[in-house]
Amino acid sequence: MNDNKNNNRIELRGVTVQLGDRVVLEGMDLAVPEGKVTAVMGPSGSGKTTVLKAITGQVPISAGEIRVGDVFVNQLSARKLNDMRRNIGMLLQNGALFTDLTSFDNVALPLREHTRLPETLIRKVVLTKLHAVGLRGAAELYPRELSGGMNRRIALARALALDPNIMLYDEPFTGLDPISMGAAVRLIRQINDVLGITSVVVTHDVTEVPRFADYCYIISDRKVVAQGTPAELENIDDGVVHQFIQGLPDGPVPFHYPAPDYTRDLLERH
Amino acid sequence: MTTGSVTGKLFVDPVKEMGRAVLFLFTALSRMRFGKTQFLETMRQVYFMGVRSLVIIMISGFFVGLVLTLQLYDTLSRFGATEALGTALALSLFRELGPVLTVILFAGRAGTSVTAEIGLMKATEQLDALDLMAIDPMERIVQPRLLAGILAVPALVLVFNVMALLGGVVFSVFMMGIDGPSFWGNIQATVALGRDFMGGMFKAAVFGFLASWLAVYFGWSSKPTGEGVALATTQTVITTAIAVLLTDFILSAFML
Ligand SMILES: Nc1ncnc2c1ncn2[C@@H]1O[C@H](COP(=O)(O)OP(=O)(O)OP(=O)(O)O)[C@@H](O)[C@H]1O
Ligand SMILES: [Mg+2]
Repeated sequence: MNDNKNNNRIELRGVTVQLGDRVVLEGMDLAVPEGKVTAVMGPSGSGKTTVLKAITGQVPISAGEIRVGDVFVNQLSARKLNDMRRNIGMLLQNGALFTDLTSFDNVALPLREHTRLPETLIRKVVLTKLHAVGLRGAAELYPRELSGGMNRRIALARALALDPNIMLYDEPFTGLDPISMGAAVRLIRQINDVLGITSVVVTHDVTEVPRFADYCYIISDRKVVAQGTPAELENIDDGVVHQFIQGLPDGPVPFHYPAPDYTRDLLERH
Repeated sequence: MTTGSVTGKLFVDPVKEMGRAVLFLFTALSRMRFGKTQFLETMRQVYFMGVRSLVIIMISGFFVGLVLTLQLYDTLSRFGATEALGTALALSLFRELGPVLTVILFAGRAGTSVTAEIGLMKATEQLDALDLMAIDPMERIVQPRLLAGILAVPALVLVFNVMALLGGVVFSVFMMGIDGPSFWGNIQATVALGRDFMGGMFKAAVFGFLASWLAVYFGWSSKPTGEGVALATTQTVITTAIAVLLTDFILSAFML
């Protein structure tokens, strides 16, 4: 457990999130050490995206507290929340590029909005960011002219535009081919180390985690079920962790959503 | 269905929805900011809305003028009052038909686009992305579209009226052989600039506000799915039509 408060950039304590009448997170404790890459893993629907959204203040929490740096997210005014968000870059699950802007303008938007840089300098910054994700050549293309993986890379460039000191990635590897995957893994590590920032990576990809993460959390059933360095997790003797890391369909985490008996369901006449 | 749920569907749900729409409007108004970016974006939206609706408004205006003059000519000739044709045409256009028909066409063309656009931005998390960039989507997406409707609709009403008068001239002067100068002189002599013309423009601005408010509201509150966005565009057209006709009666009662 990370008990030293000063070493944690982000800290969730006893966080409960309720969406509609569904409790998505319950009493969750999670700490993200400063300057490290922290992976958050867990089965689909376990609330990984919700954790990120709680950190950025996009979903309200009904109990507990979330600290980011020296502010508590749930106590911020709209203005202070925006100040905080300016220092956070987030890569959304599907990229969420603005469809009526070119790649260039997508990346330039936060710069034009939050800085007073002259257009010539903005151009330099944007091209540098696009180059970092290998898509400088696609600057004048629109999101619909790019593949899903390319969209995500442009979105990464956009998230990095303002040089954030925290990066949050929501499943950055889905839909990437092995080459881009390797590049993405290295990029995340590089961004973290070269810029000296703190990163949180939500992912399903258990096998990749040891290549970039310093610390891992596995969440399931609304809370953290295991945590540790990648090496420590391999040796944890816990049903959920074992099942998840080995990718087994049967175990404590059901693959199937609760349903009536399969044979009966098939044979029944409606 | 029980009586209770029918009553609910008919009366309670619309009232709830109205409350939400008003709340949405107040939020949007309270978050408005005025600067160069907002001004440019509003002008861009006026341009898009205007361009989208221009052709349909011109065509409809011309034919409405044509058929309206035909009917008025027939009615007036029964009283031997065809010299009042220009006046009757201009008054019904400026005061009622211009603003009402234009805004209904506007809702069908530009309003639905705005609803679908915002609905899609919501479904693809573009609104979330703005939030995350510390850019307020209320101010950047909703505000320009809301204001643009107020500016675009009066301009479109002007176009509609001009085209309808043109249709009127084509029918009466070219087809029925009515004396052109007297047709115009008639209009100029009887139509009051303030009450008739500006009154109509005032209506147009109010209707434009209603249409763009409902369009952004239904887009903003749509379910982020294909079906949800489709439903929202339908709601935009229907609700705008009803709201405009209702408001038109109230405004007319006060203005006459
Ligand atoms: N707006 C909402 N209203 C109600 N329930 C929601 C809402 N958003 C998410 N949920 C529920 O919260 C749970 C967690 O969702 P979340 O998106 O955080 O999962 P996830 O771990 O990111 O899943 P995935 O790996 O598939 O992206 C899901 O069971 C989902 O059904
Ligand atoms: Mg998710």
